[in-house]
Amino acid sequence: MRYKLLASLAAALFAAGAAIAQEPIKIGAFLSVTGGAAFLGDPEQKTLELYVEKLNAAGGVLGRKLQLISYDSAGDAEKARTFAKRLIEQDKVDVIVGGSTTGETMAVVPLVEAAGMPFISLAGAVVIVEPVKKWVFKTPHTDRMACERIFLDMRNRRIERIGLISGAGGFDKSMRAQCLQVAPTYRIQIVADEAYGGGDTDMTAQLTKIKNAPGVQAVLNAGFGQGPAIVTKNFRQLAIGVPLYQSHGVASKEFIKLAGDAAEGVRLPAAALLVAETLPDSDRQKKVVSDYKREYEARFKSDVSTFGGHAWDGLMLSVEAMKKARSTDKAKVRDALESIRDFIGIDGVFNMTPRDHMGLDLTYFRMIEVKKGNWVPIQ
Amino acid sequence: MSAQLAQYLLSGLTVGAIYALVALGFAIIYNASHVINFAQGEFVMIGGMATVALANAGLPLLLAVPVAVLAAAAVGLALEKFAVEPARGASVVTLIIITIGASILLRGLATLVWDKNLHALKPFSGDKPIELAGATILPQSLWVLGVTLAIVLLLGWFFSRTLIGKAMLATSHNPLAAQLCGVNVRFVLLLSFGLSAALGAIAGILIAPITLTSWDVGVMLGLKGFAAAILGGLGSGAGAVLGGLLLGIAESLGAGYLSSAYKDAIAFVIILAVLFFLPSGLLGKKSAERV
Repeated sequence: MRYKLLASLAAALFAAGAAIAQEPIKIGAFLSVTGGAAFLGDPEQKTLELYVEKLNAAGGVLGRKLQLISYDSAGDAEKARTFAKRLIEQDKVDVIVGGSTTGETMAVVPLVEAAGMPFISLAGAVVIVEPVKKWVFKTPHTDRMACERIFLDMRNRRIERIGLISGAGGFDKSMRAQCLQVAPTYRIQIVADEAYGGGDTDMTAQLTKIKNAPGVQAVLNAGFGQGPAIVTKNFRQLAIGVPLYQSHGVASKEFIKLAGDAAEGVRLPAAALLVAETLPDSDRQKKVVSDYKREYEARFKSDVSTFGGHAWDGLMLSVEAMKKARSTDKAKVRDALESIRDFIGIDGVFNMTPRDHMGLDLTYFRMIEVKKGNWVPIQ
Repeated sequence: MSAQLAQYLLSGLTVGAIYALVALGFAIIYNASHVINFAQGEFVMIGGMATVALANAGLPLLLAVPVAVLAAAAVGLALEKFAVEPARGASVVTLIIITIGASILLRGLATLVWDKNLHALKPFSGDKPIELAGATILPQSLWVLGVTLAIVLLLGWFFSRTLIGKAMLATSHNPLAAQLCGVNVRFVLLLSFGLSAALGAIAGILIAPITLTSWDVGVMLGLKGFAAAILGGLGSGAGAVLGGLLLGIAESLGAGYLSSAYKDAIAFVIILAVLFFLPSGLLGKKSAERV
């Protein structure tokens, strides 16, 4: 009995000693795992879990294990704020990767700025990094870049007059505004500008209006969720007969499944992940992207989505910064993040600078088209 | 220009037919109990989601559809049996709040039983658009319109020719008198929930190939169906159908000729207008306090 007691005491002491010796590096996250933006948060959460596990199996970072502390903010900016506060004040994390939507991200920005916490957002809108905020970084391409990439492709096809249709969500509205803003630069004229509501189930009225706008050569749909799938179906039903462009917000197999045959010929800008199989071996992203796809699909038995890729980039960029800083000191990690160059990620090749806290340009934002129910890159 | 108008009308009719089915569900339960069942939209969701799940499991559509309708009807019966009936004698407002609670519960259960993703159902007979007066209509829309028409005729026959239908009608006019004449009012109430759940489910299945379905599809369709029921006059079958079709066409015309951003608002502006100027709806019974 006494021996047993001694032994367990010793074991407890040993465990405590070990814990002090290697206090884990804490990665904080708040993601929309449930709710309307669950299709963003769910793959992001899974990706973070999988790769924290993998990094730990490979010996951790700086000789320390990683610990993921993740909360479900359910697409709610108010909840995001509460959880971010908890991550900073109670959990005392070393870095925050999260914010599936722009609304959640922007609600948290003042907190991380005040606390001096390195924060990598996984949301799209350009307002997150423009103007530059000292402690805030982000991984996905912005909505403005989506507009630019699409307009570039339109110019290549000699398209000048387009109809725009967008949803009522934050992303939809932000992208619409960005597209209206950069259109003149690409000499694109927007001759019709229609909108639909969040739960709208029929967009034929809006599309009929666009169809009848004089001289329309293409239609661009800014939005994500069910809207774009219905727009695509209605678009084919009305036989509008001009090219249809979607945003990177629908960049998952789900979209093709929902829109069915109507999705044929739809073009959209997206990161390399969607076309991993068809990338040439010479492509710099080939290895990173196909490894991630293989590992994710083997583990979760479901298709990868671009959104999980944002989380991979967020996690790996923070790990890279810690390695570079050789510490988890927040200021040093922030400086290291800002100086990351030529980092090959899922969304593209990152080149952070003090003026650019996203570090991506249009080079690795690819134009893809739906052909025979699959994504195919356009050269 | 006329082709444009034809397109708006066709789109409006298709959506309107679905609103009509949902509104009929509201009317049947309202007649039996004076309760507005806010879980009506959830029956629409259950119909669509169950059919998708069964079809994905390999069941042919011909089998999946009746099974899904029966499943929704069973949920409707259970809702009456375990939530509404135990509160018998409570005020109508209490019962309405119970149905709101039930709708939240059913949405939550749907995310657990199925998932939170959007799903598409294969159209019943292809998706090649049919041209009609310069406008186009999907074969599925013809299904929606045809089945709605058939159901309206069937319900008309049920309420005017069958004993149980007449018993339901009698209960709606005066429950006490009906009970005195030997009508089992409790059974009528139970049946009304089953019937409107089945109607909602049929609406959900018909529309799923056109609009996709998901765990929260019932919220908006339920509200629009409610608006249609109010417009037509709560409790009136013909009113529900008329209200649904008018609402669908008004939305479509509004989006086409006014502003598409306010498409959803049109339905709710109509509710407000009707409540202000025509409280009993287009075809509703004029309610007057009898002394």
